[in-house]
Amino acid sequence: MKFDIILAGVGGQGVLSVSAIIASSAMHEGLSVKQSEVHGMSQRGGEVQANLRLSDKPIASDLIPRGTASLVLSMEPLESLRYLPYLSPTGTVLTSTDAVANFANYPDLEGLLARIRTLPRAILIDAERLARQAGSARATNMVMIGAASSLLPVTLETIEHFVGTLFAAKGARVVETNLKALAAGREAAVGR
Amino acid sequence: MSETVLLGDEAVALGAVHAGLTAAYAYPGTPSTEITEYLIRYRRKHGTPIAQWCANEKTAYEEALGVSFAGRRALVSMKHVGLNVAADPFMNSALITINGGLVLAVADDPGMHSSQNEQDSRLFADFARVICLEPSSHQQAYDMTREAFDLSERFQIPIMIRLVTRLAHSRGNVTTAEPRPENPVAKSATPASWILLPANARRQWRALLERQPEMRRYTASCPHNTVTGADSPAPFGVITTGLARNYYIENIEDLGVAPPHLHVGAYPFPADMIRKFVGGLRRVLVLEEGYPYLERALRGVLPPNVDIEGRESGHVPPDGELNPDIVRASLGLKSRPGLTIEGLTLPPRPPQLCAGCPHGDSFHAVTAALAGFPDAVVTSDIGCYTLGALPPYNAIQSCVCMGASVGMAKGAAEAGLHPVVAVIGDSTFLHSGVTPLLDAITEDTPMTLLILDNKTVGMTGGQPTIRPSSQLEDLVRGLGVPADHLHVLDAHPRHDAHNTAVLRREVEHRGLSVIIAVRECLETIKRGKQEQVAARA
Repeated sequence: MKFDIILAGVGGQGVLSVSAIIASSAMHEGLSVKQSEVHGMSQRGGEVQANLRLSDKPIASDLIPRGTASLVLSMEPLESLRYLPYLSPTGTVLTSTDAVANFANYPDLEGLLARIRTLPRAILIDAERLARQAGSARATNMVMIGAASSLLPVTLETIEHFVGTLFAAKGARVVETNLKALAAGREAAVGR
Repeated sequence: MSETVLLGDEAVALGAVHAGLTAAYAYPGTPSTEITEYLIRYRRKHGTPIAQWCANEKTAYEEALGVSFAGRRALVSMKHVGLNVAADPFMNSALITINGGLVLAVADDPGMHSSQNEQDSRLFADFARVICLEPSSHQQAYDMTREAFDLSERFQIPIMIRLVTRLAHSRGNVTTAEPRPENPVAKSATPASWILLPANARRQWRALLERQPEMRRYTASCPHNTVTGADSPAPFGVITTGLARNYYIENIEDLGVAPPHLHVGAYPFPADMIRKFVGGLRRVLVLEEGYPYLERALRGVLPPNVDIEGRESGHVPPDGELNPDIVRASLGLKSRPGLTIEGLTLPPRPPQLCAGCPHGDSFHAVTAALAGFPDAVVTSDIGCYTLGALPPYNAIQSCVCMGASVGMAKGAAEAGLHPVVAVIGDSTFLHSGVTPLLDAITEDTPMTLLILDNKTVGMTGGQPTIRPSSQLEDLVRGLGVPADHLHVLDAHPRHDAHNTAVLRREVEHRGLSVIIAVRECLETIKRGKQEQVAARA
């Protein structure tokens, strides 16, 4: 078993937290993990991606080869398309529909979402709205983990455990909000 | 023994701690920053080792040298271009009889994710004639760092650990071993070897050269340089270094017959071993992250009838970072198609200053103050504010190396351009801007130095500056900047008109002026608040 994920988004959207929770969960369940991150200049509002590789065998490369990823998990619709060449023809694009239009020539959003829907396996999640309903727009990235959870080779219980660990220092209410966001994301993706 | 998940940088840090590290020194620089950040966190929890940010890479290296003189183990870490700043102590420390183990961890940035160039530090190790270890996994990053301290004490030389971005910033599993205690304090028994007067230096240089065969014997027999599949019937051989090994392994299944493979992880490279490995082969592909260092060297090692293919021969791209797909193509394998959407071109999303960043307000003021001066020059420097080069600011015209904005402004002004403004961040100024400012003060050069004081080292994640913001004005005044041309401004947009007027007045002044624009980085303010919330919870 091998499950390669390209995590995409814009600097500041919490892409690395998403990666960390999935990676910790996979390791907890005995999988080998390699997680390549982007730090430094590109984090300043630019395109950010992480390569996360999960396998039941040792993993050589930190980077995912083209045409082989199982999932592009994106916090932002335009960014979900940037890494399509890395996706396997049988892979899934899972993206939030919330655009970060922090530059002048951002394409028409409705047109962009329509193009994403033409892909063989695309899941679009209204993540920020679900996060607000769960109690905080800042939990948008947890909605996206929830939406991905049924595709990932790890159990929901393990993911919930590590969401709890990540936010433990911020108090029980923050943990609860993030767990609610996680559940909402899972329901939105599965219930489609 | 226990297993843990670490960034490549953190694996180096923990390897150093478990090797009996006494002190670590560094200046923040992507992708090396997390080595020291890990050690600072470790010290908060465990009380040791000493882990400090320094004014720059040169001072960091020299402080580590002092620890070695005292017989204890020191780690100094930096990014590749940081080693240019520390080149003076590094090159000379190769001649000293190192006492306590001294390890230099350098993180190169092939592909220039966050750097001005992609220089390959292996050449620096060769230049200094010392051993370099290059890990290709997190486990090796940990193990090699531990071993490097032993090698440093055995060969009495500094040892380089060469990392690259993809290892420094990727997470993987590490199994740790029993920690070793710190060395006791024991001053160097050969103090004359630390005094590089010509007579001593000539003796020390000869001694370093005489140790080269022993170093080569070590690299020829160590487990970091390995051959697999020597009997393979494949028509060519593969030599990898560093992470190239991983990208090669990623593709090996599709090759049918796996070629004979030599991996080099320890330098000076083992020439005899390579000659023996190549044997009767007529073609060798060299895959290395960085410069065609080994490939070039092999042209003098292997007979001319062997085709040596690599970055220099054109079989691998001459620049940029390697990845599984580049290695795949160089092995002659077909690329695998991914998904595409026809007719869709994606606009790039370049990095930019955060919304409301004080640097943005300062750039607006600079541009307004220089209105009507078509020959105005704004030199700048390394940091978040380098993004002032991009739209919507288009406000700066240079970014070369730490501190260069100040010296370049002086040269440009003396060559006849006017007005000239140098824009530099507070931490970069303290790193390398103070000394060129002394030059400008001496000549009363007609230029304006604008120090953007956001009270932090912003680009690398908000480390503290070496001296606090409150001391910057006194420092500049103490260097000799005249009081009537030294101003401290609040870089808030509500003071925009005033700030622009002060800048305008000073750029028109035909002498040196310094303006310090102060407002804290939004990220550190946010983090400060988060820490307060966490402390209350």
